[in-house]
Amino acid sequence: MKELKIPLIKNGTVIDHITSGNAIKVLRILSIPQNLSSTVSVAINVKGHLGNKDIVKVENRELDTSEVDKIALIAPKATINIIRNYEVAEKHRVELPSEIIGIVSCSNPTCVSNYNEPVKSRFKVINKDPPQITCYYCEREPEDISERII
Amino acid sequence: MDFQGRDIISIKDFSKNEINFILNNAEKMVVYAKGKKYLNNLKGHILSSLFFEPSTRTRLSFESSMNRLGGRVIGFADPTATSQKKGESLADTIRMADSYSDAIVIRHPQEGAARLAAEFAEVPVLNAGDGAGRHPTQCLLDLFTIKSEKKKIEGNNIVLLGDLKYGRTVHSLAYALSLYGVHLTFVSPDSLKMPNEVLNECEELGVQPKYTSNLEKSIKNADVLYVTRIQKERFPDAEEYNQVVGAYKVDKNLLKNARKNLVIMHPLPRITEIDPEIDKTSHALYFKQAFNGVPVRMALLSLVLGGKL
Repeated sequence: MKELKIPLIKNGTVIDHITSGNAIKVLRILSIPQNLSSTVSVAINVKGHLGNKDIVKVENRELDTSEVDKIALIAPKATINIIRNYEVAEKHRVELPSEIIGIVSCSNPTCVSNYNEPVKSRFKVINKDPPQITCYYCEREPEDISERII
Repeated sequence: MDFQGRDIISIKDFSKNEINFILNNAEKMVVYAKGKKYLNNLKGHILSSLFFEPSTRTRLSFESSMNRLGGRVIGFADPTATSQKKGESLADTIRMADSYSDAIVIRHPQEGAARLAAEFAEVPVLNAGDGAGRHPTQCLLDLFTIKSEKKKIEGNNIVLLGDLKYGRTVHSLAYALSLYGVHLTFVSPDSLKMPNEVLNECEELGVQPKYTSNLEKSIKNADVLYVTRIQKERFPDAEEYNQVVGAYKVDKNLLKNARKNLVIMHPLPRITEIDPEIDKTSHALYFKQAFNGVPVRMALLSLVLGGKL
């Protein structure tokens, strides 16, 4: 087995199987480097069993559900590994819920959800991989989901 | 089939069976819509008519429908005279109308406004057009008009002409007609083609629309020619509008080779796309189509308010 060129972490999250080239977008979702308090390792275009992939390792941080939902929107095949004391304590694939609320803004400038109304943006997931979503309000599909993540 | 309390937001919220049920009830309403018989099934009910955008046919036909059914109408046709002018949210305006009436009809320039209204209202909300989005009651009256004129919707050759990009009626109509298995042809300037998402929906329902810019050829075998206005208010810039306005005109010369029983429909208002000389021909169906808004909306109001049919 080939050794990965990024180090093991003691505690934190490893996001594996990110669609090659999307690691930078994952960092943006995790507000890195703005919220940087620990080491983050990024590997781009790593050879894997199922083709090339990106990997992100974040030390001392376990991802919450809304962050995982956001990652599923741009890297639907990603796996989330929670590491505690160098061991994989939890491992699961990201999975888009049937509806995503308050995560993506509508790309339609005349959609009512972009105005001063007491509602959060709301999308129906019509396809999980590749991710396809339609606005609950105006029924439009955002052209580039990653550009619309809040 | 129970429609009481239901919102009418998008034609996609309804199955073909439900649409047929509405059309059958609309048929029963024609005699009352003409004022030949009287119905009082919504006596004591109040409809809020909230028009944040200009309208002639939709507003008047909704209000006429409610009056014909014995109900009453409150509301506005000019939002500058409301608290929206002071910055009130649509959600709060809806909360007020909800507490003052038994059903709400709304036309609004923002897409998705009716869906939002339905979230904040307990009473049924009927979408009378939300920006370039949906206009389900227009779609239903178009289906009703085709069914009344051609006896059935299935199998007709239907040409949709004009602004297929921004025109809200043609998007819903293309979808709804596809539920019935018609032959669709789209005719438009290149820059105003039907969006791919609408084409995909038609194909998913088993209809393969043809695309052409040659109107004369396309209407040769047509049963229905559905004309739309190039809508200046939907264009992001005036230059784009100027390039396409007047691209097509339906006149007697164009109809030389058309079938005798070709009918021409238009959601109105028209500007120059249909020559007034067509009005007196047997092809012109657009004024009857506009009248059909009344029986269709009478049926919808009766259904959502639980009025006896």
